[in-house]
Amino acid sequence: MPESNNISNQPEVFKNTLTELFENNYDQIMENSSGKIKSLRQKAFGIFKKNGFPGKKTENWRFTDLNHLFRNDFIIDFETKSQKVDISNIFTCDVYDLDTYCVTLINGWFAYNNSPLTKLKNGTIIGSLYKAMEIYPEIVEKYLGSIAKLNEPGFVPLNTAFMQDGLFIYVPDNVKVEKPVQVINIVDSQKPVFLQPRNLIITGKNSNLTLIHCDHTLTHNISFTNTVSEVIVDQNGYVDHYKVQNKGRNSSLITSLFFKQEKGSKLFNNAITLNGGFTRNQVDLLINGENCSANLNGLYLMDNNQHVDNQVFVDHKAPESLSNQLYKGILDDQASGVFSGKVLVRRDSQKSQAFQNNKNILLKDDAKVNTQPFLEIYADDVKCSHGATVGQLDPNAMFYLRSRGLSERTARQLLMYAFAGEVVNKISVEPLRENIIKLVEKRLKGELSICDQCILSCNSREPKFIQNIVD
Amino acid sequence: MLSIKNLNVSVEGKPILNGLNLEVKDGEVHAIMGPNGSGKSTLASVIAGRDYFTIEQGEVTYMGKNLLEIPPEVRAKEGIFLGFQYPVEIPGVSMTNFMRTAINEKRKHQGLKPLSGAEFLKLMEEKKKLVKIESKLANRSVNEGFSGGEKKKNEIFQLALLEPKLAVLDETDSGLDIDALKVVANGVNMLKRKDNATILITHYQRLLDYVIPDVVHVLFDGKIVKSGGKELALELEEKGYNWITKET
Repeated sequence: MPESNNISNQPEVFKNTLTELFENNYDQIMENSSGKIKSLRQKAFGIFKKNGFPGKKTENWRFTDLNHLFRNDFIIDFETKSQKVDISNIFTCDVYDLDTYCVTLINGWFAYNNSPLTKLKNGTIIGSLYKAMEIYPEIVEKYLGSIAKLNEPGFVPLNTAFMQDGLFIYVPDNVKVEKPVQVINIVDSQKPVFLQPRNLIITGKNSNLTLIHCDHTLTHNISFTNTVSEVIVDQNGYVDHYKVQNKGRNSSLITSLFFKQEKGSKLFNNAITLNGGFTRNQVDLLINGENCSANLNGLYLMDNNQHVDNQVFVDHKAPESLSNQLYKGILDDQASGVFSGKVLVRRDSQKSQAFQNNKNILLKDDAKVNTQPFLEIYADDVKCSHGATVGQLDPNAMFYLRSRGLSERTARQLLMYAFAGEVVNKISVEPLRENIIKLVEKRLKGELSICDQCILSCNSREPKFIQNIVD
Repeated sequence: MLSIKNLNVSVEGKPILNGLNLEVKDGEVHAIMGPNGSGKSTLASVIAGRDYFTIEQGEVTYMGKNLLEIPPEVRAKEGIFLGFQYPVEIPGVSMTNFMRTAINEKRKHQGLKPLSGAEFLKLMEEKKKLVKIESKLANRSVNEGFSGGEKKKNEIFQLALLEPKLAVLDETDSGLDIDALKVVANGVNMLKRKDNATILITHYQRLLDYVIPDVVHVLFDGKIVKSGGKELALELEEKGYNWITKET
């Protein structure tokens, strides 16, 4: 069958396929769910059935075409379950078990060496969400779906209805998780798969967590991953979150990342998109207490026909907090990008500080970007700013570098590294920063393919940065 | 070393250089003076290889080669250096990384082995001393947040590192206080050799108190209208450019 026959340009048809799938596999989907989770799913399913997918007229979706995603031959795997897998057979690098806090999801299901869910000595629980629903229903029930928004059309309700597995982390109060946790999401399938991974991360009061999320594809086959993550940062907590995406051109990835910060907490989020046919990253932050600080950074390096869409929403619901967005992108060839950053400062959120900046470089005439920084402020004593730039590499700087003997190519690369560096240099975990800098340089030299696998531990038998931190 | 014959250059159809002739030999220091808009900076840019203007006519030969056919980076590697009137700020590119890349590109061109990190740092220390530049300039991003004087000193520092055969300094003296001016002049004097040459483009005679030129040219309306020894500069200072314009 020619490929085009599989694509239904009518989201309605695709929606119907999915609703039928849900109804036909109802028992399997509900299998591990407690009563509360069951009703959450049913509610989400109802919303999805009613609202369907967003269209071109939906605000925040205007510049992103979804039609290629509506394929009727996508497979949703309800059966695999989290599994014991010798991952080294699938992935070329060693993936470490929980002792080193390196975990893997294969096609949306948790893969493990020893146990699907591990409780560390300090009380931290890391593992499969599917398993956590069974073993820690009281924690899962309390937080799952508590901040993910169901009222928007499309992907969050869909994920909430279908979710089965994903990463679960629970850090109790007063625990500093010293080593970063690395999650590698691998898509490896010969058939087109539609995945709905769901992650739930809870960090307690005065707790500390660094989480690195890597998205990879192992094949050039068609895949569509619709991830929803909920990250709760309790009072005076600290979360350093990274999303590194290096995926094949036939892979589509929609990530909806919801954060909630309580009083005095700190959050760093970095979204680094190196490759991917279609990538959309939604970051939704609720600042729910005073004296919080949030740094939301993003870097996207796109070429060919790649499309990247970054959506950021920050809700200053409490006073005296700071949010800072810095998103930068370099787009080559016919690549396209979207940035939409919205900050809402509510009426009583006095002394809020909110800054937004989106800078883009277009290397070719056919590359394009749509950028919309946006502030909505109802308090009167605030400090807020927003800005966006779209431009080329500075010709004066290019000439300056070339006049000292640097080739056009080298000069161009130096300027691109410098541009990207403003984001990458903010990464606080030093070995990770160095790895990402190297990766970005490689990407900008055109030497990075998706086969380079994961940035952190792959290509070498041992993940250097994790070792460094252990030392 | 450098021979410019009947050079005619225009920018967006507007003629800037109109039949300029200039001969520079090994070991010479030339000063080119002239009022604003006479084409001084355009001349410097043409030599360095900037491409925003059109060469209408004429030839520029450097070391026996047709310079106009050579891209700017190759000119640099062949020994041409432009000291910018307005050095460009490049945030995020470290001075050290930039200069090390520049030197190693040049060494590659000359068939030499690249300098290691340690060798380069040693060279940088030597040159800093030679041109009396404080260390902090080298540790920052290229020209970022530098004062006007620091930027010009940084040009001299790069000059010292790259050791060009032909240096064209475009108003490197303008806007400098007397101490910075001395640093610039000292740099030029220290780096003078029998087999290299310098073209100083300047507005004022002041720099020429510290760097003694072999030839002084007056550029007016896109061509050199008068050439002479160092005393020509003094005469110009005294009588002003009107004296020349009337004469021509």
